[in-house]
Amino acid sequence: MSGHSNYEPKTGFERWLDTRLPIVRLAYDSVIDFPTPKNLNYWWTFGGILAVCLGIQIVTGIVLAMHYVPHVDHAFNSVERIMRDVNYGWLVRYMHSNGASMFFIAVYIHMFRGLYYGSYKAPREVLWILGCVIYLLMMATAFMGYVLPWGQMSFHGAVVITNLFGALPLVGESITTWLWGGFAVDNPTLNRFFSLHFLLPFMIAGVVILHIWALHVPGNGNPTGVNVKSKEDTVPFHPYYTVKDGFAISVFLLMFAVFVFFQPNALGDAVNYVPANPLVTPAHIVPEWYFLPFYAILRAVPDKLAGVLLMFGAIAMLFVLPWLDTSKVRSMRYRPTAKLYFGIFVLACLVLGYCGGRLPDDHVIGNLSTFQLLDADLNSMVWLSRIATAYYFAYFLVVLPILGLTETPLPQPESISAPVLPANAPAGAAASPEKRG
Amino acid sequence: MADTVVGANPDPHASGEDPNRRDFIHIAAAVMAVGAVGALAWPFIDQMNPAGDTLALASVEFDLTKVEAGQQVTIKWRGKPLFIRNRTGKEIAEAIKDDTADLRDPQTDEQRHKPGKAQWLILVGTCTHLGCVPTFGGGDYGGWFCPCHGSHYDTSGRIRKGPAPTNLAVPDYTFLSDTKVKVG
Repeated sequence: MSGHSNYEPKTGFERWLDTRLPIVRLAYDSVIDFPTPKNLNYWWTFGGILAVCLGIQIVTGIVLAMHYVPHVDHAFNSVERIMRDVNYGWLVRYMHSNGASMFFIAVYIHMFRGLYYGSYKAPREVLWILGCVIYLLMMATAFMGYVLPWGQMSFHGAVVITNLFGALPLVGESITTWLWGGFAVDNPTLNRFFSLHFLLPFMIAGVVILHIWALHVPGNGNPTGVNVKSKEDTVPFHPYYTVKDGFAISVFLLMFAVFVFFQPNALGDAVNYVPANPLVTPAHIVPEWYFLPFYAILRAVPDKLAGVLLMFGAIAMLFVLPWLDTSKVRSMRYRPTAKLYFGIFVLACLVLGYCGGRLPDDHVIGNLSTFQLLDADLNSMVWLSRIATAYYFAYFLVVLPILGLTETPLPQPESISAPVLPANAPAGAAASPEKRG
Repeated sequence: MADTVVGANPDPHASGEDPNRRDFIHIAAAVMAVGAVGALAWPFIDQMNPAGDTLALASVEFDLTKVEAGQQVTIKWRGKPLFIRNRTGKEIAEAIKDDTADLRDPQTDEQRHKPGKAQWLILVGTCTHLGCVPTFGGGDYGGWFCPCHGSHYDTSGRIRKGPAPTNLAVPDYTFLSDTKVKVG
């Protein structure tokens, strides 16, 4: 999308088009000839996997919208009709509902990849922030999509999430009434959520284009974190990464298919197959798995406003991360201490997810009786969530700013090629597999 | 900006005689455009607020003879659950006893029901934390317990423990007769 182009129109039509709309040139420069570091590992294939996920969600979603009725009296039944009567409706809906989970699995791996390899560092801050925007849009889209079947979890999930905005002082109540279009979650709410659920994926697609644009200015990072020094460090995107991404996408779709065909409801909650009842809240209300860590952070605090602020703060950390990490070394491959803290960070996120799915007063260790600390038993999910929440924020606000100044990183290689070359071999001999036929 | 225009533009109206005239037109046009966008934005924001027919569904009447002592009936009002509770003498006594307890949102039981109608407690049945529907008979204080995030309310619907900030709300209501109330 930028810089020098090697595209040469081959046919008369291509030459004619190239001087009017150089779209073939754009495609050639972006996905055929694009110089890509030759050492990308499989963690780098999740960008392509995510593009496929977005495509699947949009195609299946448009089909579902042809049969779905966004009205409180018909929504639940129309979804059941899709499942039972519409030709292949069960397949399209299971692809869409499981597709959301697959999308989040892929995006979390993609984000942890970025955290580990320092993909947010200069000159890729804007690229990273655009990714954070996509993640926010994804969460909004997934939340509103989950409301549409109008089951018990849909309804009460919508109640809880919209009430989060009610925690804001002064304007909170006006905002929730505005979001609802009434005095409670009701038909106007369902209607607008359907409209926005249809819109947001196309906004995601738009930001994805910006994300790829911002990627193609500095080019891909790579596992060493060392800049591309010469042409010897890169290979053309096609066929090297079209094939690698293609293989990863195939394996990913295989796992996707296992869920769609054999475990279509494993990632969902059975209670959402009960039609919404505004007068009774289910005994154990939980969000979908991909929101559980944030739900645990929300519940870790005994104060309404503080809990909400902390939850949004957890996402805000990602946006300012490029300016929190003081280390000049991109890849944690050369930061042994940071690697350890990163490992604990991943663990803390998993622990938060685990806590989010349990009741706050549940014991962490079966029958172990401990003592009451402040407002809850020490051996409870609440205290485990608090410890993990504290670490989550400390990682961004304490560990990354200080560690970059105090740690001694390992020596970084001269170039991407250097670590794989024998000490005194001529540079470029083993480093250019594409030239060996 | 006016300086660069002066030399480059042969138009006599834009000549150097009065550069402020061109600035004025630019600023006035920009202000009009911003005002127009703002005026047009408001209808698109306000359309999401409750519509006229939604606002019209404001009040509901209820016959209290349907509720025996110690029972609670839940009805729907403005899309939300409404608890109509016929309290026992024991519940009322507990509520009054706790008037002096350490309350997060201090209110006496007297302030939460109509004068002389202590057995009738009418509450909006949404947890003041995040809007779930609390269930009666759970929790540590003999009143309601919210299953979502563990808020405990007493027999007067006052918040005693958990993340909710305020007591269960008491709606505006009037007794039409001894056995009939109008809420809203």
